[in-house]
Amino acid sequence: MSLVNFTAREITCKIVYYGPGRSGKTTNLQYVFGRVPESRRGRMVSLATHGDRTLFFDFLPIDLGSISGFTTKFQLYTVPGQSYYNATRKLVLQGADGVVFVADSQARRFDDNLESLQNLQENLLEQGVDVRELPIVLQYNKQDLPRDLVLSREALDEALNFRSVQSFPADALHGSGVFETLKGISESVLRRLAAGEASG
Amino acid sequence: MTGALNPQFRLEGLVVGAANRLAVTAARAVAESPGAVYNPLFVYARPGLGKTHLLNAIGHAARAIDSRVAVEYLTLDEFVEAFHAAIAAGQGDSYRRRFLEVGVLLIDDVQFLAGRREMQAELLRVVDAMQAVGRQIVLTSDRPPSEIESLDDRLVRRFGGGLVIDIAAPDYETRVAILRRRAEERAVRFEAGVVEAVAELEIDNVRELIGALNRLVAGQAAGDAPLTPAEARALIAKTLPARAPVVTRAEPVAAAEPASGGVDEFADFLQEVSATVTQQVESWRARIAEAILRWEGEGYRVARLQALLDADVTADPADELRAFEADVGRLRELQDELEAMAPDLAGATALRDPGNLGAAEAFVERARQGAAPPPAPSPHWNLAEFIETASNRMAVRAARSVTEEPGTRYNPLVITGASGNGKTHLLHGIGNALAAGGITVACIGAAEFVDELISAIDRDGVGLWRARYRHAGALLLDDVHLIAGKERTQEELFVLFNLMLDTGRQMVFTSAVPLAELAGVEDRLRTRLEGGLVVDLPEPDRELRERAIERLLSARLEAVDPEFAAYVAGRPAESMRASLGLVQRVLNAAETKQVHPTAALAREVLEGPVQRAPRKAVPVRPSGVAPSSALGVRSREKMVWEWPDIGARIIEEWR
Repeated sequence: MSLVNFTAREITCKIVYYGPGRSGKTTNLQYVFGRVPESRRGRMVSLATHGDRTLFFDFLPIDLGSISGFTTKFQLYTVPGQSYYNATRKLVLQGADGVVFVADSQARRFDDNLESLQNLQENLLEQGVDVRELPIVLQYNKQDLPRDLVLSREALDEALNFRSVQSFPADALHGSGVFETLKGISESVLRRLAAGEASG
Repeated sequence: MTGALNPQFRLEGLVVGAANRLAVTAARAVAESPGAVYNPLFVYARPGLGKTHLLNAIGHAARAIDSRVAVEYLTLDEFVEAFHAAIAAGQGDSYRRRFLEVGVLLIDDVQFLAGRREMQAELLRVVDAMQAVGRQIVLTSDRPPSEIESLDDRLVRRFGGGLVIDIAAPDYETRVAILRRRAEERAVRFEAGVVEAVAELEIDNVRELIGALNRLVAGQAAGDAPLTPAEARALIAKTLPARAPVVTRAEPVAAAEPASGGVDEFADFLQEVSATVTQQVESWRARIAEAILRWEGEGYRVARLQALLDADVTADPADELRAFEADVGRLRELQDELEAMAPDLAGATALRDPGNLGAAEAFVERARQGAAPPPAPSPHWNLAEFIETASNRMAVRAARSVTEEPGTRYNPLVITGASGNGKTHLLHGIGNALAAGGITVACIGAAEFVDELISAIDRDGVGLWRARYRHAGALLLDDVHLIAGKERTQEELFVLFNLMLDTGRQMVFTSAVPLAELAGVEDRLRTRLEGGLVVDLPEPDRELRERAIERLLSARLEAVDPEFAAYVAGRPAESMRASLGLVQRVLNAAETKQVHPTAALAREVLEGPVQRAPRKAVPVRPSGVAPSSALGVRSREKMVWEWPDIGARIIEEWR
């Protein structure tokens, strides 16, 4: 998928929310869905199990209208977090313009975060994507939980953010940090317009 | 009467961003070469975007480059007041004259011309007078000329004839740069992020932006601690009108804070994305705008690039600009070609529009065709076959001489004579002989020459038409008397004549009317025709007729009755064409009767059958001339042409 289609005069950003199971990826999308005016959003597709676990993926299209003559659209995806859905994750990851890695801030999920981040890098590598070039931001979710249960932003940066990308503390359930994260990844993705990524 | 330049307003003091880059570039160009580039320069922008600053800066820069340049800055009101004062003092003329001594005239706020007809007329006079002597005029307004109410069309056109350019609201980066520079100038230091936070507020007016900075300075001075970005934003935002929604940049929020209740997060996000996209697109727009300025300055039409800007969208501008540049390159090639081919066409507007390369190619193609050999002489007539006898010797020898020494001996050669005597034959014969010598010969009848010119005028292609003849190595014009009364043709021919004469190219004209009797042709042209050699091609003598008829018969018949040619040549004919017409009549009759053409047949055809019936005695009149009767004259020719012979025969028969 091309980021900018000059012929159609369209900018389409595919943003994938990645992370371990139950880190809050779908919650992020649901919060965004709730804040986007009905006229601007498409139907949010969510394939979930009885236990509200994402079975396949979530998909939320957002139409931002015409910006400087470009019809600008965002497509937000989540991947299923559980390790056995890796084929689906690869599929969803294809053609992503940016990735939001949603980490679970709870100390007990530390390893899951690392494992998922590693999985992300492997999958990107497999698809021939240079991890250093792809816009990625980190979101440390569930920062609203008691302090003794969660790791601080600094600790999480120390553990996960070895590429020094933007990171955002968040409470996706209540919406804190959700749009900030989305803005962060959007800006990174759109900045690539000037970097010669744009092609018809 | 005029305000002095504000020493604070200099080009160096302007923060240049995408919004004002073009205007500043144009201002610099004008200051460097007053009167030579964009004249007049018309800058418009909403209030507070730096028009006055730019206007003053042009004055300073022009003076800095050349201290002798007289610079005058005045607002429109001052211009009006001074004019009224001058009129009251009866010194209107001296008021106008004084501007001719000004090298750079800077007039601010000309939007106040709206509805002031008298001042518009005065300004028009001043602009015209200054332009005529190469003085620079720069004007500013808060709107483009076309939107100034009831502004005289002539003024709108004058302004449009220079450069009309706008200054847009500064973008985020420019706002940051302006705030930083002003803060530096005032030696004020803010905490990191403060200036950026204020720049994020959509203050699209530089004056208001400076006001915001003043509030920041005051706010910081009043407090104990430096302002934080959040405090700075709050301080300024509350004083802003409701129109400016607050754009916040991606900035991590503390997770402990509640989600922004009441704030439209999506609108905020949308604004953020819009700003980013616009910023990216803006950088392209700036590149396109710079290209527009460059190519427009070089005289090319930039509608194609303008369309990119107007459409508010662009394909990859690098590709577009490359394509545009390539098209300009092609136009230059075409222009060079045209310059060599038809210099007076090289400045054609068709060659200045890279957006319509097809038209330029077609234009040059037409020129190529135009520059190709014009109508050539007919290959059927050549000089070697032209029979020379005593009657036409002078003309034929002059013709040969012209072909031997084209352009030098007899130029022009004018052949006069009645129709049908071979003028056209001789002309084309000369043409073919010249062409055989490698000369490009334009050989055309005057009637076609006139028609061609009319058609060229119709399709706006006179330049091409001219080129066609001006490139010919020789001009042969048949029946030049037909240009009588055709003034434009005569004018064109006059210019062409002089050009060919000056460059030693041969001209030959024929005329069925003696030059002295040539009415309706301008003297300047007629006298030039007479200035060469004028030879007459008279009625053919008997020898000429006989030889011509023999040649015709030899070409048509296997066996020729030698008496046939002699008989027909002996028949009276007003021209060679008439003699050959007689031969043709006999040949037609022979074909009808399916007999061989002989002198006897010719006699029968041309004189009528011999009368065998006995004639009644014809009374003799006292005059001795026998009166005719209905039977006495069977052939009209006897009556008209052979009167002495007829008389002799009738008298003989009567005896």
